[in-house]
Amino acid sequence: MATTPSPILSVHALRKEFALRRRLPLGPRDTVKAVDDISFFVVEGEVLGLVGESGSGKTTVGRTVLRLMEPTGGTIRFRGRDITHLSRHALRPVRSDMQLVFQDPFASLNPRMTIGRIVETPLLVHRPKLAAAERRELVADALRLVGLAPEFAARYPHEFSGGQRQRVGIARALILRPGFLVADEPVSALDVSIQAQVVNLLRELRAELGLSILFIAHDLAVVGHISDRVAVMYLGKLVELAPTRTLFRTPRHPYTEALLSAAPEPDPDRRRARIVLAGDPPSAVNPPSGCRFRTRCRYAEPACAEAIPPLNEVAPGHFSACRRPELVLQGAG
Amino acid sequence: MTDTMLEVTGLSVRFRTDAGTVPAVNEVSFTLARGETLALVGESGSGKSVTSLAVMRLLPPPPGCDVRGQVRLAGTQELLALPEPVMREIRGSRIAMVFQEPMTSLNPVLPIGEQIAEPLRYHRGIPRAAASKEATRLLERVGIPEPGKRLASYPHQLSGGMRQRVMIAIALACDPDVLIADEPTTALDVTVQAQILELLKDLQARTGMAMLFITHNLGVVAEVADRVMVMYAGRVVEQAPARTLFHAPRMPYTRGLLQSVPRMVPLEALGAPLAAIPGNVPDPANLPYGCAFAPRCAHMRPDPCEAALPALDPVAPDHLVRCARWQDLAA
Repeated sequence: MATTPSPILSVHALRKEFALRRRLPLGPRDTVKAVDDISFFVVEGEVLGLVGESGSGKTTVGRTVLRLMEPTGGTIRFRGRDITHLSRHALRPVRSDMQLVFQDPFASLNPRMTIGRIVETPLLVHRPKLAAAERRELVADALRLVGLAPEFAARYPHEFSGGQRQRVGIARALILRPGFLVADEPVSALDVSIQAQVVNLLRELRAELGLSILFIAHDLAVVGHISDRVAVMYLGKLVELAPTRTLFRTPRHPYTEALLSAAPEPDPDRRRARIVLAGDPPSAVNPPSGCRFRTRCRYAEPACAEAIPPLNEVAPGHFSACRRPELVLQGAG
Repeated sequence: MTDTMLEVTGLSVRFRTDAGTVPAVNEVSFTLARGETLALVGESGSGKSVTSLAVMRLLPPPPGCDVRGQVRLAGTQELLALPEPVMREIRGSRIAMVFQEPMTSLNPVLPIGEQIAEPLRYHRGIPRAAASKEATRLLERVGIPEPGKRLASYPHQLSGGMRQRVMIAIALACDPDVLIADEPTTALDVTVQAQILELLKDLQARTGMAMLFITHNLGVVAEVADRVMVMYAGRVVEQAPARTLFHAPRMPYTRGLLQSVPRMVPLEALGAPLAAIPGNVPDPANLPYGCAFAPRCAHMRPDPCEAALPALDPVAPDHLVRCARWQDLAA
């Protein structure tokens, strides 16, 4: 892939396998290829959306690039430095520059800690010499940044709604002023009206702080509202990557077409002829040969079973892993 | 409306908690006609699920929970007054329900064939072998491949979408007049959601059942609903035919909700900030006086909005809105 404006994160041929339990004692272990040979980069100041259904491997990608999970293969470069094999010790300064926002604002905040304590924890780890008064000041700043009153620092998570808790989670992620954020389904547990607040907050923070974000979600419409480019995953593979509007207007992979078509639009006059995919995604333990999407693809040909199609550049900046690039696919709208 | 299958009048549900009595549902009334789909929309805490559980008589008994009002199912007595043994005859046969989470609502230690056959044997007294045959037919009807083989499967061997199909097969086993679907696709991936919505629409067209469809997803509402009822903080705030609700909503909350949904169409709107509703859903134990939406509403005036609870006014015969200022606000 071209290395246009300096990427903050670049991932090459990343793989992550999980070993399953042996079916027989001493027998062979099956492995799940949760992430199978994917490459992408996130440009400084960019929001890259990562979309996929459950089991596609999108969360594993987020965890692996942060080295919260050890990759099985491939390289991860952060700010130009290969961090794939850095020791825990060497990784520590890098960690303060890359943070994670979790999906579930109820499970990701310790109910016994005050909001202030939750938000200051990264400071205790990464800047242990900081005086208490300075920490309090930074906590207040972080809370203000996400639209919460600094007085909330003395309260506990149960006193807050889902949207407010997610703001707390974002404040915690931002208190070290990282350059890069992985947001893993940050709004999918929230009500619609609150979801919009949090998406807008992330947009503002990104502009204000020059953040780069890997925004992981299953909802294409949400991703479309915050991302500069969108990557689509299916069963551990990256199947398409393009600038947001390009991807929505002219998808080049049949799976993206189906995802766009399946998302219900809030307009009864637009009940359209959907492309309803047959069946469920196959198991990642035993994925189909060749193109992994071929078993549900309405354009599949026998040849699709033969080799795994590579992610090719089908137009400038637009990558698709389909061996039938001539297909004319239907976009949103 | 002719051919009314379900008529709910003045339904109210109160929970008694340590923190005092919490009014979860207040004075909810609606009707449901044969073959019709009414969507019940709201955010968490709006009372939409409690409404459906009250209709099914699945809420805990008094004194923990106090249910008032009337629920009439065509051809039966008022459901809320029925003794439990009689209600058991109706539940699952005349009125059935599909829940959100197919993993927790199926029995993990029983093969799915038995779970589908159970209502047939219980309600219809069909012998085991015949019920099993009927279960195969039902599995086929909900689009499960190789239904005969699948009867012996356990829930954990099925995907989320397949489990939801099994739930639907159980609900439809006795050909109910009314199906209540409570967020039936929320836990599913979008491509599978599309399959389940198609299935429900198709089954409804074939059987003529009436459907009460509970969801927070306005995209799903647009897909399935004939009429829509919007709830906020335990009350109905707007009710209208689907097209009217989406194109000419009158309650500021409905408008806000519609605007806050991220849309893919038109493409030009992608990347623009979303129109969020400020603030949070109020605590049901501590509702504001007057209109519950007033603290978040851009059109709020202390008088009349905070003076009294607005009535559910008819804007048109089939369009109700609970807003003290709907006449002042442009359509």
